[in-house]
Amino acid sequence: MTETPKEKAHPAFDDQLLPCPTRRDVLTTGSIALGGAGACTLAVPFFDSLRQSEASSTLQDQTTIDVPLQDLSPGEHKIVVWQGLPVAIQRRTTGMLHALESPALLTLLADPQSRTRQQPRDAENLYRSIRPEYGVFITICTHLGCVPNYQNNPTIPASGGFFCPCHGSQFDGAGRVLRNMPAPYNLPVPPMHFIDDRTIRLGESLTSPDFSINSLQQL
Amino acid sequence: MKPHDQLPSPHHWLDERLPFLKPLCRHIVRFPVPPVNLLWTLGACLIVGFALMLTSGVFLSLHYDSHIEQAFASIEAIDRRIPSGWLLRSFHTGGVSLLFAALYIHLARGLWYGSYKAPRELVWLSGLTLMLLFMVTAFAGYVLPWGQMSYWGATVITHAIEAIPGIGRPLITYLLGENTLGAVALHRFFILHFALGFIIAAIIGLHILFLHGTGSSNPTLDSPHPVHKTRPFIPFYAFKDGLAVCGFLALLTGVIFFFPALLTKISNTIPADPLKTPADITPEWYLAPYFAILRAIPSRLGGLILALGSVAILFILPWLDRSPRHNATYRPFLRIGLVIFFAAFLTLTIAGLQRVTPLWLWLSRGSLAVWFFVFLVLIPLTAYQERHISSQKREMS
Repeated sequence: MTETPKEKAHPAFDDQLLPCPTRRDVLTTGSIALGGAGACTLAVPFFDSLRQSEASSTLQDQTTIDVPLQDLSPGEHKIVVWQGLPVAIQRRTTGMLHALESPALLTLLADPQSRTRQQPRDAENLYRSIRPEYGVFITICTHLGCVPNYQNNPTIPASGGFFCPCHGSQFDGAGRVLRNMPAPYNLPVPPMHFIDDRTIRLGESLTSPDFSINSLQQL
Repeated sequence: MKPHDQLPSPHHWLDERLPFLKPLCRHIVRFPVPPVNLLWTLGACLIVGFALMLTSGVFLSLHYDSHIEQAFASIEAIDRRIPSGWLLRSFHTGGVSLLFAALYIHLARGLWYGSYKAPRELVWLSGLTLMLLFMVTAFAGYVLPWGQMSYWGATVITHAIEAIPGIGRPLITYLLGENTLGAVALHRFFILHFALGFIIAAIIGLHILFLHGTGSSNPTLDSPHPVHKTRPFIPFYAFKDGLAVCGFLALLTGVIFFFPALLTKISNTIPADPLKTPADITPEWYLAPYFAILRAIPSRLGGLILALGSVAILFILPWLDRSPRHNATYRPFLRIGLVIFFAAFLTLTIAGLQRVTPLWLWLSRGSLAVWFFVFLVLIPLTAYQERHISSQKREMS
């Protein structure tokens, strides 16, 4: 075996490169740019697949449900599921109605007049309901989305009321949040109307037909 | 203009904390590559193809449901209802064929040019390990749609493993988690398939690390290492690899968009039915050679041993072939041997996709005999002869 003569190192091994962009630099930059564009294009179907598909949006199937009320005695409440959301329906006693009207309670509330759009027009009253006797609320705390329990706070007039176990927000019997609570808004009232005296239809408001859960300030 | 491998100043912060970063970068950028032909670009194609499989697999797993009742429907939903789901699944099902094609050619290149020989045994062994893991992963993945082919393919393979005397049956029950192929097994196949993707990624890292330990083999006569002719990886071979990857991706998209029928078997569009074996049951082409071996041997255990053995002899190849020569182009007997081995491999692949006829059975048996003859007889003998010649030459000089 003869020894191969040592060749000079290839210029690309040399640290002293040319001071200005060379043809190679142009090619490199162009290739990287084109490759980057290709990678971005390739990413499109990947991100597209994360989009909500028609297959998974089953929530829209049942936009309205009818709830019978004859099983509720005064002072009782029940929870139904509407569009995947918990909805509390309470039948108020006259004592509760009086408490809701009492000025002592109203001064404690953050939004006693229900100015924030958390209810359809026909529920913008002292009781936040179409008929004072029945209070209907989506029991999702406007703070961070926990479900408040039906629980009366002994320090305020007994209107019925809600207490959120997550961060302690308190609401009165009309779903109105008390002052200085973590929750910024009252509990939402769903769009609804009475079909007859004993049945309520959730998901459809007669006075404001376009009102939906998307119309709420905060769900 | 700074030299390519000098990190810009913000990287000094990293450089002080990760002192190996700069040598590593220099190692990749200036990695000396000998003059190699286009076959050496397949490694890059495999890495890109695998990355595409891993990414599309993770995105598909978001929509796949491994419950036995929902698996088939969730695949249908991916194809029909998930936005771009059909495309992701095509990448995945088309990618596997292209990946195996590239893998087998990559392996054949290694055989032809002696890439398995010292000092690259670790590269060779890690590569074969990757091939085995690819097979297991592809098989597990094929079960997931829970169609007729999925179910019966899995049934055949589990029964083949059952043939191992003594431990076969308890092993299969243990692996499947129940006596038959059912809900528990399907979920396990899913987790196995998912986890193996990342295990393969790690072993690809090792494969590259081993390669960088010794450098690439090359197709010239003066193998293994003509250092004085090397060029830096960047830009020379990075561009060459990039070009090949573009071709690879063009081929992949060509298959996906123009020949989608190649990717799916009709029988797998029918939900799994444990009571009815499809008439046209065949494996995917990349597993067909081993299926043909299983079928050609009249004994269940014998078939399993020979199918495993056919791969196992590749693992000991670096020690079977102790010739000083590397390149089959300049090794007349090995050249003929490898050509007939490639022909035998192709014959087995085709045989595995055909219905059983005496002709295909005997062709399979013949091919299998060739496979073992080439590696166990021809290669050791020709290596012995070549060692003898080169020692004579040394004496003469």
